[in-house]
Amino acid sequence: MATLLDVRNLQTHFLTGGGVVRAVDGVSWDVQEGETVALVGESGCGKSVTALSIMRLVAPPAGRIAGGQVLFKGRDLLTLSEEEMRHVRGREIGMVFQEPMTSLNPVLTIGRQLTEGLEIHLGMSPADARQRAEELLGLVGIPDPGRRLRQYPHQFSGGMRQRMMIAMALACNPSLVLADEPTTALDVTIQAQILELMKDLSRRLGVAMLIITHNLGVVARYADRVNVMYAGRIIERGTAHDIYHAPRHPYTLGLLRSVPRLDEPRRARLAPIEGQPPDLTRLPPGCAFAPRCAFRVERCAHEAPSLGPIGAAGHVSACWEAARLEREHEPVR
Amino acid sequence: MSPSAEAPSTAPGGAAAASGEVLLEVRHLVKHFSVGGGFFGGPAGLVRAVDDVSFAIRRGETLGLVGESGCGKTTTGRCILQLERPTRGQVLFEGRDLTTVDPAELRTVRRRLQVIFQDPYSSLNPRMTVGQILAEPIAVHGIIPSARGRRERVRELLHRVGLLPQHADRYPHQLSGGQRQRVGIARALAVEPTLIVCDEPVSALDVSIQAQIINLLEDLQAELGLTYLFIAHDLAVVRHISDRVAVMYLGKIVEIADRVELYERPLHPYTRALLAAVPIPDPQVEATRARQVLGGEVPSPLNPPSGCVFHPRCPIAVERCRGEVPPLREIAPEHWAACLLA
Repeated sequence: MATLLDVRNLQTHFLTGGGVVRAVDGVSWDVQEGETVALVGESGCGKSVTALSIMRLVAPPAGRIAGGQVLFKGRDLLTLSEEEMRHVRGREIGMVFQEPMTSLNPVLTIGRQLTEGLEIHLGMSPADARQRAEELLGLVGIPDPGRRLRQYPHQFSGGMRQRMMIAMALACNPSLVLADEPTTALDVTIQAQILELMKDLSRRLGVAMLIITHNLGVVARYADRVNVMYAGRIIERGTAHDIYHAPRHPYTLGLLRSVPRLDEPRRARLAPIEGQPPDLTRLPPGCAFAPRCAFRVERCAHEAPSLGPIGAAGHVSACWEAARLEREHEPVR
Repeated sequence: MSPSAEAPSTAPGGAAAASGEVLLEVRHLVKHFSVGGGFFGGPAGLVRAVDDVSFAIRRGETLGLVGESGCGKTTTGRCILQLERPTRGQVLFEGRDLTTVDPAELRTVRRRLQVIFQDPYSSLNPRMTVGQILAEPIAVHGIIPSARGRRERVRELLHRVGLLPQHADRYPHQLSGGQRQRVGIARALAVEPTLIVCDEPVSALDVSIQAQIINLLEDLQAELGLTYLFIAHDLAVVRHISDRVAVMYLGKIVEIADRVELYERPLHPYTRALLAAVPIPDPQVEATRARQVLGGEVPSPLNPPSGCVFHPRCPIAVERCRGEVPPLREIAPEHWAACLLA
């Protein structure tokens, strides 16, 4: 497998009244061809800003990409002209967002929104584009595509709109789809439909996927590899198996332990991560998670750990005490 | 359609149940909203948001109310709180029917019937400090007449929900989401309620904070003997916190049972589908788990299907289900389900 997307030391900063926020603070990760990679973390951890940075959609002047490289098929997207970048968006990298209603144009028919990209990016004739649009709706499981193409977004349910977003993302045969919280706004039975659809399409079409989510459950079934983010950094990365069965960062372990699980006996008491999420304008000098960490030692307060290998090949953790975590940690119940 | 209409209690798990005093009983609650037919002359329609719902909550217990968006769970909560006028039915709280009491009496009842909302940010006044937010209901209800006494009480409330005395001088925007929800809880506690309607109290919070708030709600229940109606869509959270659980679909309760019963022996095909759809944070479990994705979508409550409202999506529906409305029946002791085939 070849590397499709290689993000190197990406840094995205926002200028706020409270100072400079390092929303993304030097993250490096990659996606191989056809692979599904997850970026997991809580609000403010920088996962969405990472996706926006890749697409160069961070809004200036407050936000700016301060450094790093985003190598897509070997080309650094950060050095492309705006014209070249438009070609990448939509055609080579598809996007699916959390709120389909806010990313669809309410005054254009579903058909027009699908055919527009096909005509612009692929130079299709209106008739060909229409034909392809019908195929795409069928592909994402929208019944009666002919009639549906003449409708407007408000005539679609939430689940149907998200199917429509997936159809748009796939329209120009991209090699990568970025999905930012694709099922968060949906009900659980619809969420299951959409995730199955995305996984199925990714397998059938060989499209790589980057799923950004706060929900650990969502990615367990679908991700090949998982990156866990906290306060703008990746703090652990591994295969889904590594992350869920042998977490080597106290934050990952804390996240897994804090959620009640339906497949396990009910616990008398939940085990939360104590404390509050970090204030990105006032991060501690050492490890950002240290104030909430049960494994913290003296060193954590002033020296930030970087990602280092632990356990299985490719499994990395940014924790001084990762080895102790391995010894003391019982399997997550 | 009324479950066991001749029995002494009309509600599943109601007064007929062996143990516990009933604090709240909802009988045949109906809430319809009319839509359209207004200025723009759209077609007039009736949304059957809550369609003949009955249940009871015993003092000191937590009843979980789960379902997907639009199932009527929030409207049910709002009808109990009298934030919505029910179209029909009774809401018996401490033996009094809140749908018929006069406004003065309702105000005194409200002291013991409080609510915690999903989004603490939009339910806290941004121009008031936390101290003012907490002192206001105490003053309005005349619980503590002196300002000094109220300040003392505010300090005590903050401590109770895990905040510091200095938080009294902060404004809501200066707090994190979890801290704001703690303020929302303290505000509900300020007037010494017996029943709290918790409407999705943790779904807007980060995963690591959710468990903190759930533990807090459980501690407060144990210390203060509170009764909760816990409305949520997260089935794992509901299992954790509830003693009994009711599942709603399209304005109706389709199943209600003890927590262990409901999760271990779900009888209604919708409950089973919901449980099967919840992703488990474990790739090994997920790899071996058969996923039966429920097809279709929730139909519009403007025009609900005939017979059993679930029949168009039901994997086991038979011809009868199209025409017959299944009553909520007690299929096992204290385990009620509205399915002809259960």
